[in-house]
Amino acid sequence: MALAMAMLTPALMLLAAVWGLYRKVDVWDALTAGAGEGLRVCLRIAPALICLLTAVSMLRASGALELLGGVLEPVLTAVGIPPETVGLLLVRPVSGSAALGVGAELMRTYGPDSLVGRTAAVMLGSTETTFYTVAVYFGAAGIARSRYAIPAALCGDLTGFLAASWAVRLLFGGG
Amino acid sequence: MAMAVIWAVMVGASILCGAATGQGEAVASAALEGAQAGVELCLAMAGVLCLWMGVMEVMRRAGLVRALSRLLRPLLRRLYPDFAQEEAVMEAVSANLSANVLGLGNAATPLGLEAARRMARRTPGVASDGLCMLVVCNTASVQLIPATVAGLRAAAGCRTPFDILPAVWLASAVSVTAGILAAKLFARIWR
Repeated sequence: MALAMAMLTPALMLLAAVWGLYRKVDVWDALTAGAGEGLRVCLRIAPALICLLTAVSMLRASGALELLGGVLEPVLTAVGIPPETVGLLLVRPVSGSAALGVGAELMRTYGPDSLVGRTAAVMLGSTETTFYTVAVYFGAAGIARSRYAIPAALCGDLTGFLAASWAVRLLFGGG
Repeated sequence: MAMAVIWAVMVGASILCGAATGQGEAVASAALEGAQAGVELCLAMAGVLCLWMGVMEVMRRAGLVRALSRLLRPLLRRLYPDFAQEEAVMEAVSANLSANVLGLGNAATPLGLEAARRMARRTPGVASDGLCMLVVCNTASVQLIPATVAGLRAAAGCRTPFDILPAVWLASAVSVTAGILAAKLFARIWR
């Protein structure tokens, strides 16, 4: 399994190149255009990420994150969520860049291959910025009465956080 | 506005908590370290992100979005029974989902908004069941390869940033299913 995941990148690179050539796509042009878009994404999120990592590092140094995790620990541990991820749970539905900042700080503090680091990564990868998305969609469609959209979306988020914690424990063990 | 409040609360809480625990100096130096770490993070994750977005752009131009949306169409007719006969809506919805699965966020959003606007024509101002389902599907992550997260892991010194993929797929599948079930359930009881 680990080898299959490690070979995924080169395999998909080869697949994209061969299929692209077969479909007569200018593969090189597409590749560099996409990479350029990647740079623009980095540049676009950089200012928010820098400011947010500043704030998250301050929170960590002040002991406030441990305090918050400690308060909610009984509840989170009971359902299987690592209490260290409490900050991520709070900001994830509200702000995508704040969630990236908090997640990056968790990986830096606990290590990307630790239980906390992996759980944070899986949480980021299996949920979205719910409130932002709802605002964009209903704003564009001129919706004033959103009915059950937000509760249903939050059900998905909550399940995602739980499932991320369980999936990491199930597939990587530990904790 | 939300961000301003979040940021102010984070900084305010750190300073208060730092003063209370006698960690004032550590908080001050952490601010500078954090800013530095932010710059390093953006640079360190750029490589993985650029590589993936390049590969996905090749896939997109080779027609992967179109192929996937054809594949998803029968499934989506069942998910959106009210709009199954409206070809323009189904086309936008399936292209939106396909772009989301492939992680092409920039392509997915305009397609999703197109679907939302068309759906809203039937019930102006009120979110119909179909529109709620569209929002639930877009607030759940269905991305197969979360390149940004892989970039974050690589930036933190991880040598196998993609080893979390099976866990991401499992968690995403459970979370999307829960969202859809919740939406279908609420559709019956919420008038």
